[in-house]
Amino acid sequence: MAALDMPELEVREGVDRETIETVASMGSYKYGWDTEIEMDYAPKGVSEDIVRLISQRNEEPEWMTEWRLAAFRRWQTMAEPRWAMLNYPEIDYQDQYYYARPKSMAVKPKSLDEVDPKLLATYEKLGIPLREQAILAGIEGAVGTPAEGRRVAVDAVFDSVSVGTTFQAELARAGVIFCSISEAIRNHPELVRKYLGSVVPQSDNYFATLNSAVFSDGSFVYIPPGVRCPMELSTYFRINAENTGQFERTLIIADKGSYVSYLEGCTAPKRDVAQLHAAVVEIVVLEDAEVKYSTVQNWYPGDEQGRGGIYNFVTKRADCREARAKVMWTQVETGSAITWKYPSCILRGDESQGEFYSIAITNNAQQADTGTKMIHLGKNTRSRIVSKGISAGRAQNTYRGLVTMHPRATNSRNYTQCDSLLIGDKCGAHTVPYIEVKNTSSRVEHEATTSKVDEDQLFYCRARGMDEEEAVALVVNGFCRDVLQALPMEFAMEAQSLVAISLEGSVG
Amino acid sequence: MPDSAVLDIMTPSVGGQGAPDPLSMRLGTLPQGGATTAARADALARLRAMGLPRPRDEYWRYTDPAPFTDATVAAQAVDPAAGDPPLFSDVDRLRIVFLDGRFDAAASDDLTLSGISILPLSQAQAEAGHWIAGAYGRLEAAGQSPVPRPFAALNTAAATDGVVIHVTGRAAKPVQILYRRADAAADVVCHHVLRLDPGAELTLLESGLVGARGNLVIEADLATGARLHHIAALRAGHPRVSLTHLFARLGEGALLKSFSLSVDGAHMRSEAVIDMAADDAVAHVAGAMLGDGRQVHHDDTVFITHAGLRGESRQVFKKVLKNGATGVFQGKILVRPGAQKTDGYQISQALLLDEASQFLAKPELEIYADDVKCSHGSTTGAIDETALFYLRSRGVPRERAVVLLVLSFLADALAEIDDEGLRERIAERLEDWLNTRPAAVG
Repeated sequence: MAALDMPELEVREGVDRETIETVASMGSYKYGWDTEIEMDYAPKGVSEDIVRLISQRNEEPEWMTEWRLAAFRRWQTMAEPRWAMLNYPEIDYQDQYYYARPKSMAVKPKSLDEVDPKLLATYEKLGIPLREQAILAGIEGAVGTPAEGRRVAVDAVFDSVSVGTTFQAELARAGVIFCSISEAIRNHPELVRKYLGSVVPQSDNYFATLNSAVFSDGSFVYIPPGVRCPMELSTYFRINAENTGQFERTLIIADKGSYVSYLEGCTAPKRDVAQLHAAVVEIVVLEDAEVKYSTVQNWYPGDEQGRGGIYNFVTKRADCREARAKVMWTQVETGSAITWKYPSCILRGDESQGEFYSIAITNNAQQADTGTKMIHLGKNTRSRIVSKGISAGRAQNTYRGLVTMHPRATNSRNYTQCDSLLIGDKCGAHTVPYIEVKNTSSRVEHEATTSKVDEDQLFYCRARGMDEEEAVALVVNGFCRDVLQALPMEFAMEAQSLVAISLEGSVG
Repeated sequence: MPDSAVLDIMTPSVGGQGAPDPLSMRLGTLPQGGATTAARADALARLRAMGLPRPRDEYWRYTDPAPFTDATVAAQAVDPAAGDPPLFSDVDRLRIVFLDGRFDAAASDDLTLSGISILPLSQAQAEAGHWIAGAYGRLEAAGQSPVPRPFAALNTAAATDGVVIHVTGRAAKPVQILYRRADAAADVVCHHVLRLDPGAELTLLESGLVGARGNLVIEADLATGARLHHIAALRAGHPRVSLTHLFARLGEGALLKSFSLSVDGAHMRSEAVIDMAADDAVAHVAGAMLGDGRQVHHDDTVFITHAGLRGESRQVFKKVLKNGATGVFQGKILVRPGAQKTDGYQISQALLLDEASQFLAKPELEIYADDVKCSHGSTTGAIDETALFYLRSRGVPRERAVVLLVLSFLADALAEIDDEGLRERIAERLEDWLNTRPAAVG
């Protein structure tokens, strides 16, 4: 654990050492190095020509180019949303690159053996195995015991392009399609045309619309009916080039009765200038299918003074389109200078389920405005939201969420729990829930607390002979476990090392 | 400053020809202000700068501002026999009566009371050098940030009357503001200013029928250790459009308890804006509401700002909705940097008695201090079938059982009324109402 090197962090008496050290260690970003590699850039800025160029580079059919152009025209008429509790300087959308590709990727390598060793070394250094025999020791180089025998297929995205996707052949035997979205547009146009934009329409919001116009790559997953994906799938996003935005698009389709667990990781080098990341993730879940989507977001957060870092404006949405579809979002948000992200569930099918588990940690000058939307449209739908926000330094951390029960969504349930912890007196923790209930048979419960460990639980533990600290540790363990347990094992280890934070001392 | 200054500012600055803008239409002819003329002109300038709310404004997400912005209001027939009997009639209190928004001296009690001085706004502003000149609109102006409240500024600019109360000691008995109406189309704008000296104490009751449309503002400035108990219970059985604002500033160790009872009505919004800048202040804001019918839309919007140490605030709002009624709650606790040891609590609950009704809530926390205890809860659901079954299995008829469960649901909000006698009267009123209109809940 890194030494305490945060002179600015004022800590109240009673906050335990582990908490302080964990928060402090976040200041030392481990993935801030960059890879020296020759890049091809599209000219700076965004215009119809740039949109056409990206489409052309990806060898896209005409319909796709038109789809992008329609989005771009729409985007030009839109205004950047400013309702989030985020304070950042005006973004100059013309002062950055929208397409950056390693020179060696000009001709797409046929296999990973042909990939530039520098790129492979980059992912190796990040702890991402791009060799199929590799056993994952934990995404993002987490230390810990390798998970014996567990294999994870990886799609590695470097700036604007996918470098390679592992285990494609083995997945294909199970009928699973896992490839970059640019490949999917070329090879599976019927699926892409049917589902792209069906969850997050081109005109959805400012950042999603920009993404629709300029997305350069991303991942595509199709799980056929009745198939349980034989391994976990993951995408690892690396921003390397300077002044370059990353706009990736992920489309996951889980056909009837299928199951997939999907992991996403991301890092970027330390730069003094902020960089834009505007991604869209669309998930379509059909009858009886289940998708688990887990993210450890560890973009460069900027320095102590708030210089640099990633501006992360992400639209993630899952559509439980048919009966008994199930989706689970788990996110551990530790990076980014600005986080604007609301992974959502549209619970359209009867008895469909949505879950959202989130830990958001902000430190120094980081700002996060994140949460979820649970839109209950079908009967007997269920949703659960567990959000833990931890704020330190001068950071601002906001939970923003919407739970809506439509008149038709009878007998539905939502339970929401939002907890916030403040470490130091210069940061902020905010909760902005929207609750809309339009039928009587549904039950909605929302609870939010700032700072407190449940007194009854403490009392219970103490009555059984534990001392105060043990009791707090036990309660906190259970408290964070809601979210940590929702993570696949590979991520849980990494997340735990980031979130070994106790709430002790915050008991007011 | 001559009174005509207000009218000068009213002239729209842009264009100048053609039809007047919607704001001028809404304002109509403004009254003469006397000592409050400057404050009214400032309010009008504020209002012009912020404009009237639009339906897409975030703060008006769940309540359509149109019924408040419309230039005219639909007449509501005046039927003195309709509705409930007067409330608090058996309480020893001092009555201040407003008829269609103007002080009615003949109907009011003698305004002399020990520990307190009372004047109608129309008289206070006519007195040269009256303290109202410095106080009028001041808390309203301060309450415009961070969220603008245009209708409160409109009220300050356009109020026809109100009451100005200076409490110097412990008021000998409760003061009741009683609204009456005679004009079916009365569009009432009343502005009350309360000033409580250190250690002073007042119980303020509000009841009656305001008008076809009402815009009420109370500004309450509580000095160190002052205590204000406020109970608003406007009469049911009238499709009123009403908008009320309570602006309160609490001095060190001051206490505010405000409770509102609302039954039916049409389009209502009640805002409380509480400034707890001093240490050890306590503010409790609570409301119980029953709404039956599609025309009922009731919005409680509360904004409590903690800036002092060890402040305690509670928001307790309960709504019972049926036959397409809509309940809204927007509550916010803002804890400023340094407001350590704040204890903020907020609960909003709705009982939806049928599929047509809805509850929309936005309970917000914005916290910039670490050593605080803040929480909020919000629940929405139907009547508890197990509890209903329990009561029925013990021989309680279904209708009665529902009434009992509704009353117990509302009890937490009523508990915020300190005075037992007044609390019982409110409880009785609720029970009567439920018993005489069991269909509204059963």
